[in-house]
Amino acid sequence: MSPKTETPAQSTGIIGPRLSPESERKVQDALKASDEGIFLTRLNDVVAWARKNSLWPMPLGTACCAIELMATAGPRYDIARFGAERLSFSPRQADLMIVAGTITKKMAPALRMIYDQMPEPKWVIAMGACASSGGMFRSYSTVQGIDQIVPVDVYISGCPPRPEALLYGLLLIQEKLQRGESARKG
Amino acid sequence: MAIVVDRRIGFLDRLYLPGILRGMWITLKHLFRRKVTLRYPEQRWKFPEGFRGVPALVKDQEGRTKCVACYLCQFVCPPKAITIKAGEMTNKVEKYPEEFDINMLRCIYCGLCEEVCPEQAIFLSKDYEVAGSTRTELIFDKERLLAIGGVREDVIMKWAEK
Repeated sequence: MSPKTETPAQSTGIIGPRLSPESERKVQDALKASDEGIFLTRLNDVVAWARKNSLWPMPLGTACCAIELMATAGPRYDIARFGAERLSFSPRQADLMIVAGTITKKMAPALRMIYDQMPEPKWVIAMGACASSGGMFRSYSTVQGIDQIVPVDVYISGCPPRPEALLYGLLLIQEKLQRGESARKG
Repeated sequence: MAIVVDRRIGFLDRLYLPGILRGMWITLKHLFRRKVTLRYPEQRWKFPEGFRGVPALVKDQEGRTKCVACYLCQFVCPPKAITIKAGEMTNKVEKYPEEFDINMLRCIYCGLCEEVCPEQAIFLSKDYEVAGSTRTELIFDKERLLAIGGVREDVIMKWAEK
């Protein structure tokens, strides 16, 4: 007795209940009207709402921007009000990478590795002048903007940015997330 | 010689409650102290005089751009964030900035441009929340910088005919 003879060659349609022809047509029309169907789009909104209010940042602090990042997590500015208080020092449990500081070319492979280790979906904030564009370090050793290495969702100006500016960037990320946008392709 | 420290704890410490009560007393005291928190999007920080925010161009009281495109700020800018293209005028002032771009992602808010400007045409404003999704949208052009800067009284009077 081999498994081959036991398995029918054709699908019998056992998976899920069969719909009547009218219901089938209605479902097809609804699917045509919206790409994902009304249930799935509502569900996407709820999922995005849950995600945006519990972003777990991965603090990649390499310079003075990290001090402001710490101040943002502190009691005065309190990033916890936006659900992002759990700074995850492991990329495996993070959604949002906050690159705070100068990224040298020696640091670049580590940055990319940390980004690759983060589970999807993921977002990136380039905080401050150095991470966004290289800033005042127009030198051979500095990456001129981390968007050469990872896709960046929000750039924050400043050297370093004030904690409010970082919170503003986080709000921008939340808006993008609710709209379902991401700099990451595919 | 090793020193043996007696680390046995007394009955009250083993009870654990006095420690908790002492901690809660500190929490209670902080309830009545001055609040240190800031509810950011609703409340704003009161910045002191001389706070260095986004650099911005200003107009004089008659709506003329004060900048004369002398390139001093472009030369002094440490991260080379400023790019100026000068244009020519036929009147006494002769030069004006045709294009004046500041790359806000390069800018380090140091204020050297304000210090060096001979016409007092560029100032550091009080804005500090600048963020965006692309790098190009954070290169502020002349119109945007003038909109941030607003109007300042002209004390140099370079337009006046003598």
